[in-house]
Amino acid sequence: MQKLIASVVSRLVISVPYLWMVIFFLIPFIIVFKISLSQVTMAIPPYTPTIDVAAGWQAMVNSISQFSWDNYAFLASDPLYYKAYLSSVVIAGISTFLTLLVGYPIAYGMARAPATVRSTLLMLVILPFWTSFLIRVYAWIGILKPEGLLNQFLIWANVIDTPLNILNTNTAVLIGIVYSYLPFLVLPIYSTLEKMDYSLVEAAEDLGCPPITAFWKITFPLSMPGVVAGCFLVFIPAVGEFVIPDLLGGSETLMIGKTLWNEFSANRDWPLSSAVAVVLLALLVVPIVLFQRAEAKAQESEK
Amino acid sequence: MKSLGSFRRKFAPWNDPEAKPYISFENVTKKFGDFTAVDDLSLTIYNREFFALLGASGCGKSTLLRMLAGFEEPTAGRILLDGQDLRGIPPYKRPVNMMFQSYALFPHMTVEGNIAFGLKQDGMPANEIAARVAEMLKLVKLEQFAKRKPHQLSGGQRQRVALARCVAKRPKVLLLDEPLGALDKKLREETQFELMDLQMKLGLTFVVVTHDQEEAMTMADRIAVMDKGKVKQVATPAEVYEAPNSKFVADFIGNVNMFEGTVSTVVPGKVDIDIPADKITIRTDATRECSSGQTVGFAIRPEKIRLSRKEPANTSVNAARGELYDIAYFGDMTVFHVRLESGRIIKAASLNAVRTVEDPLGYDDMVWVNFDTDAGILLTA
Repeated sequence: MQKLIASVVSRLVISVPYLWMVIFFLIPFIIVFKISLSQVTMAIPPYTPTIDVAAGWQAMVNSISQFSWDNYAFLASDPLYYKAYLSSVVIAGISTFLTLLVGYPIAYGMARAPATVRSTLLMLVILPFWTSFLIRVYAWIGILKPEGLLNQFLIWANVIDTPLNILNTNTAVLIGIVYSYLPFLVLPIYSTLEKMDYSLVEAAEDLGCPPITAFWKITFPLSMPGVVAGCFLVFIPAVGEFVIPDLLGGSETLMIGKTLWNEFSANRDWPLSSAVAVVLLALLVVPIVLFQRAEAKAQESEK
Repeated sequence: MKSLGSFRRKFAPWNDPEAKPYISFENVTKKFGDFTAVDDLSLTIYNREFFALLGASGCGKSTLLRMLAGFEEPTAGRILLDGQDLRGIPPYKRPVNMMFQSYALFPHMTVEGNIAFGLKQDGMPANEIAARVAEMLKLVKLEQFAKRKPHQLSGGQRQRVALARCVAKRPKVLLLDEPLGALDKKLREETQFELMDLQMKLGLTFVVVTHDQEEAMTMADRIAVMDKGKVKQVATPAEVYEAPNSKFVADFIGNVNMFEGTVSTVVPGKVDIDIPADKITIRTDATRECSSGQTVGFAIRPEKIRLSRKEPANTSVNAARGELYDIAYFGDMTVFHVRLESGRIIKAASLNAVRTVEDPLGYDDMVWVNFDTDAGILLTA
């Protein structure tokens, strides 16, 4: 009897996250998917067909029979969309690489700092989260605009004569993404580096490695689980990023999040924007699965 | 002084005034902030010697080893290896290799990869590396584990990979930081002898850091007993045990009964020490200079004390009566705790050379302890 209760309880506990995923991910996804198969119309809600359970079985079957793949066919026919997807992936890829370039040394420095200051440094990395993401991105407008802080400083320091045009370019988008997602990359790398036994590096030096070689042969390969986790944590949300390209990017900036937003709000084309979202999700499933695998592998090797 | 046991082999360059030291620490001091880890220490180690640095944790023995490896630079003084001053030479350019206490095996490389690592750094041709790795694997009997990763090995196997990895480069000196610390007792005993064999076979100089005195005594040619950053005594295991130079060393190594008293009379070759607290007088060989009235120490090992129910012939010196308070049976030997009238406990050990004894000593028996004049050590420091 006690065993039975225990097994019921353990199943209940396990079912909580699954239930969460069903309510907040699977059901919304099904709704979005359903809308993506509909047609745009001037109505509330702005698509047809709608499924009205009260209208009876036959009406529901009629509605479902009107579903079509037209929106997906349209996505495939208009080069704007695949260009936007491609450009999102490229911008996300470049910014992930730049974030790694900036974040790795930070994580390394933190992990090698004296234990007494480590928690303070960790705090400093997390500190920006205390301010709204939106406000922080807005702040970058103030820094990057032609008469902004950066240009004022560079002119004052006699580095440049005329203000640099950074705001409303892809460069600004990259800066924004690198800045916003930096903690997501620093934290997993820091945690792998901090756990690493420093005597491994000493052993490598003892066996004839100069410090730089020891870093590339020992420290970096051993921090790979953190690097992979951090890169995916930056790359996946960056692909669908909407706020940063909208605020910092210009007309040349083509990112799928922005396209989706335009379809949804300006064009009021819910079915097409749903199709864009479903395709984006399908695209991101690939790196998410890779990420999961890398995580599982990292956990396996720790055993 | 009489001979103090036979040496393990006829190897004693430290007794040869002509012999040139291989490693010398000259007035080496190492400070970490306010803390002095190594304090004005001088020490010489000879080629092909198996040298042990023995001490409690925090005595500076590991710092000494790390300075030799190049991970720490001395604050003052210098270290010479084969005549060369090591100051400023980074670890990766020193002809020494270290076996780390944690073994520090590279987890992302196979056993082969670990052993080949140092050789690759030296730019050795691939075929020579392969040959050397095979030779090392054979040496530590791990041929069939070449392709395994460290986490697929047992503790003892990992230890041997670590050993093979640092021996592979044929260093001038091999440094071992608590090499057997992570192994269980039985494996530790086996490995001690393997290490000694290996050292003989390769003809290398070994410097081993350990807090385990048995380990040091078994393996080393000479032991440096360290305390608070200083070397208290450097001597062969037999000398350290039988002729400690100070109360600290006598107390640190092995089991000992320690007395403190005043020298009453000095007759030629003998010294009488009064121990007023225990109402006994100790007569011992005058192995050290001392004068009447001087406060001295006297140390005697439990196995050098005799126990008997019968009163010894001479009870005026080196004898006391007490009751058997505790008996610790170890199988090969038994340690008796005898409580004197003063309340003091004296430890006496006897070897169980026969299987059964008629009328053995039991709890609460009144017994006599006595010992010879050459059984103990007179200590003036």
